Amino acid sequence: MTIRKRRKAPPEPVAGNGLLDRRALLGRGIIFAGATTTGAATFLTGAAAEPLKNDPWSLEMGSVVPAYQVPSRFEKDVIRTRSNPNNEFRNSHARTPHHLLQGTVTPNGLFFSISHSGLPDIDPAQHKLVIHGLVKQPLVYTVESLSRYPMVTRMHFVECSGNSAPMFSNEPVQASAQALHGLCSNAEWTGVLLSTLLEETGIDPSAKWLLAEGADSLALHRSVPVKKALDDAMIALYQNGERLQPGNGYPMRLLLPGYQGNMNVKHVRRIKLIDQPAMSFFESKTYSQILPDGKMWLFHFVQEVKSFITHPSFGHSLSGPGYYEISGIAYSGNGRISKVMVSADGGKSWAQAALQAPVLPKAFTRFRMPWRWDGQPAVLQSRAWDESGEVQPLRADFVAARGQTSKPVTNPLAFPNQHYNSITSWGVDSSGGIKHVYA
Amino acid sequence: MFTRKSAVALLLAVAFGVGTAGAETPGLGKPIDEADIAAWNIEVLPDGTGLPPGNGTATQGAAIYSQKCAMCHGENGVKPPLGYSPLVGPSKFDRIDTMKTVPYYKYATTLFDVMRRSMPYQMPKTLTNDELYALSAYILSLNKIIGENDVMDAKTLPQVKMPNRDNFIIWAPDKI
Repeated sequence: MTIRKRRKAPPEPVAGNGLLDRRALLGRGIIFAGATTTGAATFLTGAAAEPLKNDPWSLEMGSVVPAYQVPSRFEKDVIRTRSNPNNEFRNSHARTPHHLLQGTVTPNGLFFSISHSGLPDIDPAQHKLVIHGLVKQPLVYTVESLSRYPMVTRMHFVECSGNSAPMFSNEPVQASAQALHGLCSNAEWTGVLLSTLLEETGIDPSAKWLLAEGADSLALHRSVPVKKALDDAMIALYQNGERLQPGNGYPMRLLLPGYQGNMNVKHVRRIKLIDQPAMSFFESKTYSQILPDGKMWLFHFVQEVKSFITHPSFGHSLSGPGYYEISGIAYSGNGRISKVMVSADGGKSWAQAALQAPVLPKAFTRFRMPWRWDGQPAVLQSRAWDESGEVQPLRADFVAARGQTSKPVTNPLAFPNQHYNSITSWGVDSSGGIKHVYA
Repeated sequence: MFTRKSAVALLLAVAFGVGTAGAETPGLGKPIDEADIAAWNIEVLPDGTGLPPGNGTATQGAAIYSQKCAMCHGENGVKPPLGYSPLVGPSKFDRIDTMKTVPYYKYATTLFDVMRRSMPYQMPKTLTNDELYALSAYILSLNKIIGENDVMDAKTLPQVKMPNRDNFIIWAPDKI
């Protein structure tokens, strides 16, 4: 009996500029490399690999394992970018390097952080959380007492509503996915549901809002509808399995899945049930945004459906024609991502991307799309849908409804407005260089 | 008599604990009186709830401002050093990136509240109630929202009509 070599034809493009069927990703033996018709994979480099040898690290003992491990020294450039590197006496931001990460979990050291008055050095043994106001019995909790409560573990993103704000610019700002979209990260959070604690304090029926306040020097506070508090709000104590990072709310934060980052009050020390919104500084000014018709939106809490391509993106370059995997992140404050479409021709044609399981509500979903680049200019885009039926708006529609600046934004650290969730376009030129474009 | 049925009931009780599932919580919160929360209980609501006794005018506020605020927010609330917020600015918001300062606020109570909890930046929660009323009066007066001689106190501050008040719309009332 002769064994016949199975040969499959390479997949045909399913959309313009070389997008391939997402099912080609599922390991069904489809040959990707090159536009071969011979069946044998054609290797683009042509030359054979070098003979293999033992490198020094294969010939001597390495270092002893440390108590708390950090990435390899070769990963030194995979870091957050900081808005206040000279430690000036003001706020500071650090952005997640999405274009250098994969999967869906943001490592704790790379989780984005915004601090309006520096990171407080909180002793967890002294920290207290009081719940009071329109309750039957005001109660005080400590880190230790909360550690005995029933906990839940849930994967959720947190996004500053100023994330992607440079994209309100009328001209595309030349900046990476880190600079444009780095104020959004995703972690596994563990803590006590706020509803569990409110069950103990009781809630007066006249309570419609609660204010949550931090132990930081600003005593930053935000108003939250009781409806959200009883839905899925959590007093989070752990982030990816370890205690919260100081920049993410140590020793406890309010987690409001899908709601704008600033409401997820860090270092939370007080929750007061009230009958009206407090109209705090942040909800009155920064996080109520101006609309083109001169009206302002109050209480735009939900981070709406959004996606962006991280690979390839600004800061990368393509080394030559051939196979690439396009991948990126999609998420929605409304729930699960239901579909992501990808275009390589600036939106003229689209193909459905594969979604990496598990697809969780209000959490990052990684999408992937096989692509055979022919070396010609291409414009890569992604567009997401969520289970509530919301769709990521096209840029023209977004700008019509929400406006754009009259002059180009020159500083990618600027926040011309809030809640940008339209499409990101990466323009690939014939040399493999990548720019941020509007298409 | 120990029956098969009672054995099942016992097993269920062991598995899920006594009482209604979900209703039992550890009960480790310590009761506290509202009076003992006073040091943290500092918010001021739009209707004036939480405003303390005291009062102040713009003239009194100007002296405090130049001593405690101007180094970050600029003389007269304009042209602060790079990275700090001005306190005087436009009261019409016809571009999406119009600079937002105090006239943007829907309520004057927000100004009092943020100073009370957060300012001065380098030593927050140190301003007296009279200083807070005087600074509120001064900053509102710089923006020509109140007159130079208007006295701000627990009664007058919530009554200040902010110029942008009627332009806000709630994004999704069903989520509140």
